[in-house]
Order: sequence, then C-alpha cells, then structure tokens
Amino acid sequence: MAKLHVQTTINGEAAEFLCEPQESLLDALRNELGLTGTKEGCATGDCGACSVIFNGRLVPSCLVLAAEAQDRSITTIEGIATGDALHPVQQKFLEHAALQCGVCTPGFIVAATALLNRNPHPTETEARFWLAGNLCRCTGYDKIIRAVLDTAAETRKAAV
Amino acid sequence: MSERTFKQVGTRPIRHDGVDKVTGRASYGADFSLPGMIHGAVVRSPHAHARIVSIDTSAAEAAPGVKAVITGEDIPETNAKLMLGEGAIDLHDIGDNAMAHAKVLYHGHSVAAVAAVTPQAARDAAALIKVVYDVLEPVTSVDRAMAPDAPILDDTMTTKGQPGANAPTNVAQRMELKRGDIAKGFAEADVVVEREFRTATVHQGYIEPHACVARYGEDGRAIVWCSTQGPFAVRDQCAAILSMDPANVKVIPSEIGGGFGGKIVVYLEPLAIALSRKAQRPVKMVMTRDEVFRATGPTSGTKIRMKIGAKRDGTIVAADASLYYEAGAYRGSPAGAGMMCAYAPYRIPNFAIEAFDIVVNKPKVAAYRAPGSPMAAFAIESVIDEIARQLKMDPIDLRIRNAAVEGDLAPYGPPYGPIGLKAMLEAARKHPHWTSPLGPNQGRGVACGFWFNAGMNSSASVTLNMDGSAAVVTGNPDIGGTRVAQALMVAEELGIPVERVRPGVADTDSSGFTDVTGGSRVCYATGMAVIKAAEDVREQLKARAAQIWKVDASAVKWEDGCAVPPSGVDKAEPMSVANLAAKLSHTGGPIIGRASLYAPMAGPGFGVHLCDLEVDPETGCSRIVRYTAFQDVGKAVHPSFVEGQIQGGAAQGIGWALNEEYVYDRNGVMENAGFLDYRMPVASDLPMLETVIFEVANPLHPYGVRGVGEVPIVPPLAAVANAMRDTTGIRFTELPLSPPRVLAALEQEREPVAAGANAAQAGRPGRS
Repeated sequence: MAKLHVQTTINGEAAEFLCEPQESLLDALRNELGLTGTKEGCATGDCGACSVIFNGRLVPSCLVLAAEAQDRSITTIEGIATGDALHPVQQKFLEHAALQCGVCTPGFIVAATALLNRNPHPTETEARFWLAGNLCRCTGYDKIIRAVLDTAAETRKAAV
Repeated sequence: MSERTFKQVGTRPIRHDGVDKVTGRASYGADFSLPGMIHGAVVRSPHAHARIVSIDTSAAEAAPGVKAVITGEDIPETNAKLMLGEGAIDLHDIGDNAMAHAKVLYHGHSVAAVAAVTPQAARDAAALIKVVYDVLEPVTSVDRAMAPDAPILDDTMTTKGQPGANAPTNVAQRMELKRGDIAKGFAEADVVVEREFRTATVHQGYIEPHACVARYGEDGRAIVWCSTQGPFAVRDQCAAILSMDPANVKVIPSEIGGGFGGKIVVYLEPLAIALSRKAQRPVKMVMTRDEVFRATGPTSGTKIRMKIGAKRDGTIVAADASLYYEAGAYRGSPAGAGMMCAYAPYRIPNFAIEAFDIVVNKPKVAAYRAPGSPMAAFAIESVIDEIARQLKMDPIDLRIRNAAVEGDLAPYGPPYGPIGLKAMLEAARKHPHWTSPLGPNQGRGVACGFWFNAGMNSSASVTLNMDGSAAVVTGNPDIGGTRVAQALMVAEELGIPVERVRPGVADTDSSGFTDVTGGSRVCYATGMAVIKAAEDVREQLKARAAQIWKVDASAVKWEDGCAVPPSGVDKAEPMSVANLAAKLSHTGGPIIGRASLYAPMAGPGFGVHLCDLEVDPETGCSRIVRYTAFQDVGKAVHPSFVEGQIQGGAAQGIGWALNEEYVYDRNGVMENAGFLDYRMPVASDLPMLETVIFEVANPLHPYGVRGVGEVPIVPPLAAVANAMRDTTGIRFTELPLSPPRVLAALEQEREPVAAGANAAQAGRPGRS
C-alpha cells in the first residue's frame, strides 16, 4: 500500500511527512521527523513516555495513528521551551533534581505542562492522579511531584 | 577525614546533563541512527522448554528487503569466562541466552534473527522462519525443579558444593555459612519462630527497552552504540561470544534510560554485530516491552525457610535458614549474596544458612539492585517482627538490642568498620513517624536492610583547559546523577566552580578501563579515581607554580584553589587555577590528570525503613500512607541525588511488596508481559517518601563515601509486610500483597470455612 502524505502542525510550525497507514504518531515523530525527544517505553499506552499534546489534549502518541495528525496541532517535548528559555516546569525539574535516568522526563514534562494548562493550581492529589499515566522507575515520584507543585506555586506568586 | 569541611561537596548544583534531558535532546539507545542502517528482529520461542529439532530460514531469506538471517550456527558456543560486575560469568550461558543452540529454556528465548530494510519487513520475515520443536515439560518453581522426577534443563548439570551429587539435576549449586553452635543456641532460646516465605519473579522495570546499533566493517572491526551500564562489559562479552579480539570492538554508550542491574549482560548486541557482519550494513535492534519482560532481567522468585531463636530480653541467640533462589534458565541466581546479606544487620552468635541456586524455565535472571538481599531481608525481618510481637517488645528496641556495630564480624567474615545502623535505629525510634498515631485500618512496620557496596576497577581523567575550566571523563554511564557528583569532586579538589567542570562519559576507546555502573560503586570507586585524577592535576599545577617561582615543588602549598609560594620569595603571589592555566603553554604545555585503581569492597551500607499502610477491608487494596527511609551513606556528595536513589529504591521495593509479579500459565508462558498487568507503582500509589541521611564516614574513601543506590530496595518488602501484619493481624509470608491475596486472607479471617478455597490460592497466610 502506498504511503500516506500527512500535513500537520508540530510545535507551531507546518510539517509534512509520509507514513505507512498502520504507523503510529510516535514512530512518525521519531523516524520520519527526527523528533526523538518523544520516547517509546511500551507502545501500549501504559507508560506515558511518548506523551504529546494533540489539539490541546494529552495523549500517548503510540496510540495515535500518524495519519490522524492531518490538519491537527501537536506539541512535543521539543516545543515546550520557548527559544532558549526553558518552560518553568523544565526549570523546576532541574532545580528539584526530579530526574535520574531521564528517559521518562520528556513525557512527564509534557504531561505536567498539560496539567498546568488545564489546572494551574493542582493539589498534590490532583497532580499525582494526573501524572499516574506516566511511569518513572528511578525517583519514586517524590521530587517530580514537588517540581510540579513548585511550578504552580511560583506561577501563582507571579500572578499576584 | 570526618573532620574535613567541604566547600562544594554536599551542595546541590543542577546536573550538567539536565537541560538535554528536560528538552528531549539527550540521546538514548533507540535514538541513534546511521546512514544505510537496516533493522533487526528476533524470532523467539513460543515454548518454555523444548528441544530445537530444525530451523528453516529459506522463506525469510527470500522475503523482500531481507539482508541477513542468523541462527545459533552464527553465534558459536564458547567456554570463555569473564569477570563482570560482582562475579565471574559464563560466556557460554550469555551466548546461548542471546541465541539458543540445542534447546530453548524459556518462553521468549531467542532462536533466530533477521535484518531487513525496515522494522516491519524484518518482523514480517521473522514470522516466516519455521522452527520445529520437541516440546518438553516446563519447570517454573523451585519445588518442581527439585522434585525427584523433575524434567532436567541441562543434562550436564550437577550440584556444585554438594560432594557426591553426580546425577543430573536442576540445582546448580549449594552454598553455606556457619558460625557457633545452632543446637546450643536454639536450646538457650525462650522463643523460636520459624516461617517459610515466597517472593515472586520481578523485573527491574527500566522504562527504556534495550536498544543498540552495530556496524561491522570490512576491516573486521565492530562499533556498537547501545544503552548499557557497562560499555567495557558489552565490549568484552561481545568479543568473547563472537570470537573477536576486544581491541576490535568499540562500544559507545548512549544515555541510559534505567538499568538497576538489568543492562549489564548482553542480549541484542552480539546479534546486531553478527547481522551487520552478514549484511555489511549497520543494524539497529530495539526490543519491545513484551520482549523486555519475556527475555531480559528479571530477578529470582524465591522460597526461604527462616528460623530465629531469642531470649526473653530480646537477644537473638540462634538463626537457621535455607534459601532457594530461581536462577532462570541458566545457573547464577543471587542466592549466595542473599545468604551473605540475610543476617548482616545483626549480631548472631550461632547461625547456619544454606543457599541453593536452581534453574527453572524462566528468563535468565540478571542483577537487580542489591541482588538477592531484598528477599532474604523479607524473611528475616518478618520473623524478627514476629519475635518482637511474641515478646511484646517494640520491634525497634529488639533490633537495637541485636544491631551489629563496629568490630562485630559480618556473617560473611570480616569485622565491620564504623557503621551507622544502631544510630539510625535509635533515630527511627524517636522520629515523629514512629510516634505518630495511626488512622483506622492503618498499620506500621519497620525493617532493616544491608548491601555490601562494591569497589572494583575504575579509571578517570581530568583535563585542565587553558581558561581554568576542566573536563572529567570516566567510563561509567550516568544512571542517576553520577556525572554531577564527579564534577563536584573535581571542583572540590581544584577549587573551581562546579559549573566550570564538564563531566563526560566516554566510549571504550577513549576511557580507561572501568567496571560497570553497578554495585553502588560509581560515586565510591570511580569517585576515588576522579579525586585522584584531580589531585594529579593539582600536583602538576603546584610544579608549574614552583617553576614560575623558581622554588622546589615540595615547598608550594595548595590553599583555597590557589598555589601558595613559600615565604620569602620575591614578588610571588598565590596563583589560582585560572592564573596557572593561562600560563600552561609557557610552563610545559597542557595538563591531564589521570588515575586508575582497583577499589576494595566499599563500606557496608545499612538502611532502616518505616512504613504506614492502610488496607481497604472491602477490597484488600492497600495504600502506603507514610514512608520514611534512614540510610547511612557515608558522605552525600550531591544530597538531592542521594535522596533520589533512596526514594527510588524504596518505591521499587514497595512495588515488589505490593503488586509486582510474573504470572505464569501452566505452560510456562508469562501472562502479564506489559506495564498494564505488571503493575509498577505510579504517582497516585505513593506518598512523599521522606529520607533521613546519616553520614558515618567510610574510612576507605577520601570523602567517606560508601555507595547508596542498592540498600534502599532491601528493607521495603518486610517494612510493608510488617505494616500489613500490624493492621490486619495476618502474617503474610508470600509476596506480592496484591488485593486478591489480601482480600482472600481477610475473608478467611471473617469466614474461615467459606473462604477456604481462596485462601489456599493465596499462599495460606496464617494468623500468628
């Protein structure tokens, strides 16, 4: 079967690629577009390492077909920082040492960004349940949750 | 040494590799590609135990896009042995595990591999390979493996350490340790508790699947890019398995997405080299999560009988135990380490312990964080909890009474140096966690844990740049913040800001030989090499200053990051690293400091964990409500990453205790090879994990470091089970404490007759 031609928007810029009909968005991002910041941990939607924001909604890109990206807008980890300025979530992950091996980190940062977009001041419980779709095996989540809550606290302070 | 004050060690700078990791730029195993690269796929056994009758690869070879097909014939069997990590490994087994020859020994065992122009073409071609099997009965428990009529995995296996046992067996080895007279000891005991425990097969669960790219050239040289804990280990294993000279194999480690011991032995790398050799193209291989579960890791399922005797005042007088550890398909379970760790936290005058290494039709076990120790600790810490209950003693008081202190002999021989175990127990007893009230359906548990911490071979080099900045290079992939720790050491020794030290991980051509990132050894042993390499730079700088001042080098002092001249030298002012670096070209050229060493086994590591657990009596579902971990780390070089290691280890141990297990069907097929059904802790399962760091300096290390990463996975199994006993009144002796098992036991308590069938399935927990 011929490859499909997909035109989409990725991190605010027009993008196009060819893909197999059965190809996942994750594979297209990594293999067709070279956006390897989005990671594959399971390819079954269980680990969250491949999290992207798809038309404003947090999704595991391994469970989205690449062809579904046609005319949609996608934010990946590569689009979280603005220019050379890190997003506050990224900065807080660094300050709190909220990563060890770092392979789950892109997924966590995308998911945490999506959380704060929707709910700028989550409680600890809300943050824990929102991020329950992202597996981390190194940290026990303590410093990750602190980084997310500290980001929220700081933006609240900035807003006052 | 303990009086040394540090300027930078002990601070919390942002890690140098951090920005790459929060922006997605960091390159992991599967992120690397080469021009002309093709893709490999592995054909895996659908049977847990079978003889390979024939393999027909002709249809796959003829399939579109296929460039190479390999089977066991392409990976010759070898008898080479290799020192690796914390013991010698048998390359025959590693090779046969990477690609089966005569038999397949577990579901998922590799039997052939294909390389093709796309991953899909490789997978499609792999499906065309026809393997005829003579299916045999699988052996999936130590009990079945030891039965007189058990199917034998390896006809040539006899029991090492059991003289006169010459019949083929699945028991690869028996080991023992003894001290004193256990008959006399138990005779003196006022209370004796004996229980039998079981733990399930569990996986390291790193989020990044195994991945590599290999390129074999016409010159007979291979380059491997891969995610590994030990680039030199990968080099030497691949060379031995493929009969190559290690000088012709170069391994370039990527960033590593977790390992926990599971990324030391090779799985894909020799296959990728063999495929590349045949195809004359670079070959990429990446495992699926399903393959990771079925064919890598895990650690041993175990059965442990543990008997302890104590006097009325709580003094332990005797201990006797038998440890049965599954090795998976080939010999080499961590039973011996479990045996040496079990009694390590306590002074026990009379003990015996035997350990059995037993092969079963499951994946060949790999190292997993403090290999062998958590299961042994689960057994002894549960029994000690039971003794405390029978004596009506506070379980921490009982442990304090028996805690090993400096000068006591470790069960495996040598006397302990300074250790912080007793001080931690005393702090735990006073900690607000231990004294706070519990809510309804909540219980509290305590447990101790021990790990040796390894030393071994390390090399490091420190390059001083002309502007006074520096680079430090080692051969240890950074799994949890070791690069920033190494930069702190260089910064400390040279008196320059840590931000001006660039730490890096080099390939096997560019770094001095270094053993694996494992055994909690990087900050200790490689750290020692880094400190010595930085001292080497400092000594050379002092010599350059002496040259400038025209004095003897021995007269130059080093203070606060400056070379200081002896008094009375005309116009001589102290010179900083930057001052001296600017003059390198005129004083003899660049400076590289280097060090290589074999570090002795590090300082013993102990931890004490407190756990509060709440059980829902309607569902058997439990939740950790509070958790505190005390650990003697010697010296915390970067406290945030030390805390992170402790928290991460505790979380893995909690997962092991509560939910994680390989579930097998009667054919030896794992039924839950995915993250949905192999249930690791997620953020909503855990509370904040409090850490309390103790620093009892390790005299073997210049800063007192003793290694941190492995100890924290040891206590949680028992800390959780003891909390479960506290709230339910039921002594669970089998892990995991998953909701169905807990509910069955609770129902048996409520209605002993009606729920009998469920309880039998749940491992017959008994009220104590």
